[in-house]
Amino acid sequence: MTEVSELSEEDPLARPPEDGTVLDVCDLRMRYGSTDVLGGIDLTAQRGEVLCLLGPNGAGKTTTIEVLESFRMRSDGWVSVLGTDPAHGDERWRAGIGIVLQSWRDHGNWKVRELLAHLGSYYRPYSTPRRPRPIEAEDLINRVGLTDQSEQRVRSLSGGQRRRLDVAIGIVGNPELLFLDEPTTGFDPQARRDFHDLMHSLADDDTTIVLTTHDLDEAEKLADRIVILAGGRVVANGSPAQLARQVTRDAEVSWTRGGQPFVHATPEATNFVRELCAQYGEEIADIEVRRATLEDVYLSMVHRHEAGYAGEAAAEFHKREVQP
Amino acid sequence: MTPRIASLRAGVTRGRIELSHAYTNPQEVFQYLFWPVIFFVVMLFMRGSTVPGTEFSLAASVLPSVIGMNIAFGMMGVAGVLATEREDGTLLRAKAVPNGMPAYLIAKIIVVTGMTAASVALILVGGLVLFGRDLNPGVGGWFTLVWVFALGMVAVLPIGAAIGSLLTNPRSMSLLFLPLGGLISISGIFYPITSLQGWIQGIAQVFPVYWLGLGMRSALLPGDLVTVEIGESWRHLETAGVLGAWAVLGLLLAPPLLRRMARRESGSAVEARRASAMRRVS
Repeated sequence: MTEVSELSEEDPLARPPEDGTVLDVCDLRMRYGSTDVLGGIDLTAQRGEVLCLLGPNGAGKTTTIEVLESFRMRSDGWVSVLGTDPAHGDERWRAGIGIVLQSWRDHGNWKVRELLAHLGSYYRPYSTPRRPRPIEAEDLINRVGLTDQSEQRVRSLSGGQRRRLDVAIGIVGNPELLFLDEPTTGFDPQARRDFHDLMHSLADDDTTIVLTTHDLDEAEKLADRIVILAGGRVVANGSPAQLARQVTRDAEVSWTRGGQPFVHATPEATNFVRELCAQYGEEIADIEVRRATLEDVYLSMVHRHEAGYAGEAAAEFHKREVQP
Repeated sequence: MTPRIASLRAGVTRGRIELSHAYTNPQEVFQYLFWPVIFFVVMLFMRGSTVPGTEFSLAASVLPSVIGMNIAFGMMGVAGVLATEREDGTLLRAKAVPNGMPAYLIAKIIVVTGMTAASVALILVGGLVLFGRDLNPGVGGWFTLVWVFALGMVAVLPIGAAIGSLLTNPRSMSLLFLPLGGLISISGIFYPITSLQGWIQGIAQVFPVYWLGLGMRSALLPGDLVTVEIGESWRHLETAGVLGAWAVLGLLLAPPLLRRMARRESGSAVEARRASAMRRVS
């Protein structure tokens, strides 16, 4: 049993640190035998930021998250989560972290409200004026949309309802930092929309969110910042718009003139359109400007990595990151 | 409220809730009632028989040993619960909440003790109704029954937890029932141990099953029946010694093994076990 350490933990403002950096990872490495699963990851997240980890299977997303959750010991590198090394995180540190796990058959006998109220009770000793803990079961049940199921046994929930319960369990301790590993697998569009709204409301309450997903559309909607991993390295890191500019600064302009379609790629789409209209006037119709989507970015980055240009892709990012 | 008290309180609450689930869940009730009921059916058939050379009912003479055996089953209960709940992710959830692990273990101790106590009480009440003429423990007998039960639980639960933390999946539980069955057959549960060869008696006396049976016989049977025991004595001192030694051994082994088990828990570990269990099903 871990005792609460004496190190100025009484002051609730002591963490997260003053500068608002909730997550700080430097050169994180993970090695199994002679295989490098993570080859030097750098990550940061500010308070209230939504960070999305993208990458193909085996890119190291889950391993990274598990190191940050303290479920896995790293081989090398420097990691700070809520101002503490997760390898030495105590129970108070644990109370500041929410984890959405994939449920399976656990707690099948429990009723939804009973389980949330019970799991919430573990957080009560760690309540602070700034972060009251836990979130009341009733409130939580309404927020995740399980009001009609609150007296049902967990075993009898549908797959989507169980997933909502997983999310509720993840946030019952009103965490400062929330981890979600592929949270929306198996959600229907309505559940997905509800989930996105919930994440936005948590971020508005200064909760930092780190999630992995395969759904690029979801990443684009939720993330303040996207980190693309491939082969255990960060190959891109920035806001969705920044990433799009990184792949190509060109936008694609398409139009028709006299019924005939035209396409033109240009970095100066607005000017191009203005000149086009000035030149041809009413002959121009169906103007469309399409910028690179996250999917373009993702595929291009992962492709570059797989083609063996991981280092170059990353270097190029750093070069471009300093530009506005 | 300090974290230590908070986790103790959470553990007790969790144990209480899970016990109430267990007592009301038909499947679990069936599991715990199965053996006592089988035993009563057998006892009803043995009603007419007596211990050779006495007027004492044969069934009543076996009943205390069966109670002892049920206490020993508590070990399997803990091991099985740990293996199952590690696979289904309950343990990982406990790890993800502050002070969750100690609370989880406290709850499991409460649940297994509660279920074992219930099946012991069932056998006892049924036995007293059927054989009240033969079984009438005095105050001393009840006292012995309580301390043997308590010490027995302390002896078998930590060992069970240690075994459970080593099991990789619930299916390997069946491997444990074989040696336990063998142990029960040489531990003087269904017939006097003195009818066995000396070296077998020696092996049996290393393990708790024999001593749990002996302790319960000393609590519930009349003094005359001591004549079939080793050394014609109830050997309370030795009973307390051997059970105490198992308790110490278990309490030394269990914490590091449980910590090791907890350390290895992660989302991907549970996911991998789920995948392998699914392959087994399909």
